[in-house]
Amino acid sequence: MKELLELFLTFAKIGVMTFGGGMAMLPILEREVVQNKHWATEEELVDYFAIGQCTPGIIAVNTATFVGQKRKGAMGGITATLGVVFPSLVIITILAGLITNFAHLAWVQNAFAGIQVCVCVLILNAVLKLLKKSVVDKRTAVIFVIVLLGNMLLSVSPVWFVLLSALSGIVLKNLEGRAAK
Amino acid sequence: MTLYLRLYWEFFKTGLFAIGGGMATLPFLKDIGATTGWFSQTDLMNMLAVSESTPGPVGINMATYVGYTVGGVPGAIVATIGEVTPSIIVILIVAAMLAKFRDSQYVANAFYGLRPASTGLIGAACAGVMLQVIAGITSASQEDSILMKFSWDGAISWRGIILALVLLVFTRYIKKTKDLHPIVFIGVSAVIGVVFHFAGV
Repeated sequence: MKELLELFLTFAKIGVMTFGGGMAMLPILEREVVQNKHWATEEELVDYFAIGQCTPGIIAVNTATFVGQKRKGAMGGITATLGVVFPSLVIITILAGLITNFAHLAWVQNAFAGIQVCVCVLILNAVLKLLKKSVVDKRTAVIFVIVLLGNMLLSVSPVWFVLLSALSGIVLKNLEGRAAK
Repeated sequence: MTLYLRLYWEFFKTGLFAIGGGMATLPFLKDIGATTGWFSQTDLMNMLAVSESTPGPVGINMATYVGYTVGGVPGAIVATIGEVTPSIIVILIVAAMLAKFRDSQYVANAFYGLRPASTGLIGAACAGVMLQVIAGITSASQEDSILMKFSWDGAISWRGIILALVLLVFTRYIKKTKDLHPIVFIGVSAVIGVVFHFAGV
């Protein structure tokens, strides 16, 4: 029980200190999990983080589950995840309540209209960064363009694009393997 | 009760199919807004801005915020739990066969296709919000067609275009500023929005 509580508190601390998520989290994880608590080695953490990036869901949650399960099995995984999401629940709930109360003020509306432009640019930057890692040849470029246009122009759930692209990855690589033989 | 079940299910799907972290949930959240009518695309933009500028992983902040908007505090909890459930299940399975997963050719091949698709989905969400914020063009699904319907409210935001270009330069090309935390740019944009009456009020 004491160990579970420790997992919860440590990951709650990591959650508070993660600003922006994803990559920003790795140095904080290293300090808390590897150096302070010795729950995993440097190599294990990098492995967990890499797998957390390419499995479904939020990277922070995936990594937390990984470290937690290594420490205390399934219960540990669940506890660490609850820890990492706990600060968000508290902070966002309070902020959301406040923002709803002030949303009618002109300056708040103007501020958010300015912020929206900034958010567009931030998403664009994220896409450009991801492009370098994900579009590695002609075929991946074709998949990117098809999904981009398909999701913009058709009213189809994004789930289908995810399923079909996974399948086409397997098929394309399979054909490539056969051609090589 | 059915509202919370639906909320849980929608976020379960988001957690299961969004691959590549917080930003990858955006196209799914957009889809939830469009199919349920719980929130507009503009609401979603504001929620994303708040999620980027508060502590905690962006993806979790967004789930909490959307959940709160739909169903108050219980909604926030239900949405967040829904989004992390698939992660917990998948990671516990992967952890049990870590070596196999890491060396699996099938997994590697699937991700060869998944990565550009995930980028494409985020790119589409990005293009959608840009068109709306800067050019006043919105898209909506139609009842009897698979094609999206685009409509233009005639308002091109020149102020928005200029701000976007300036931000693009500062976040990508100027060495001194490009590694600054997003919250700096969000803060500056908020001030510019107030000073230049971006919402027109």
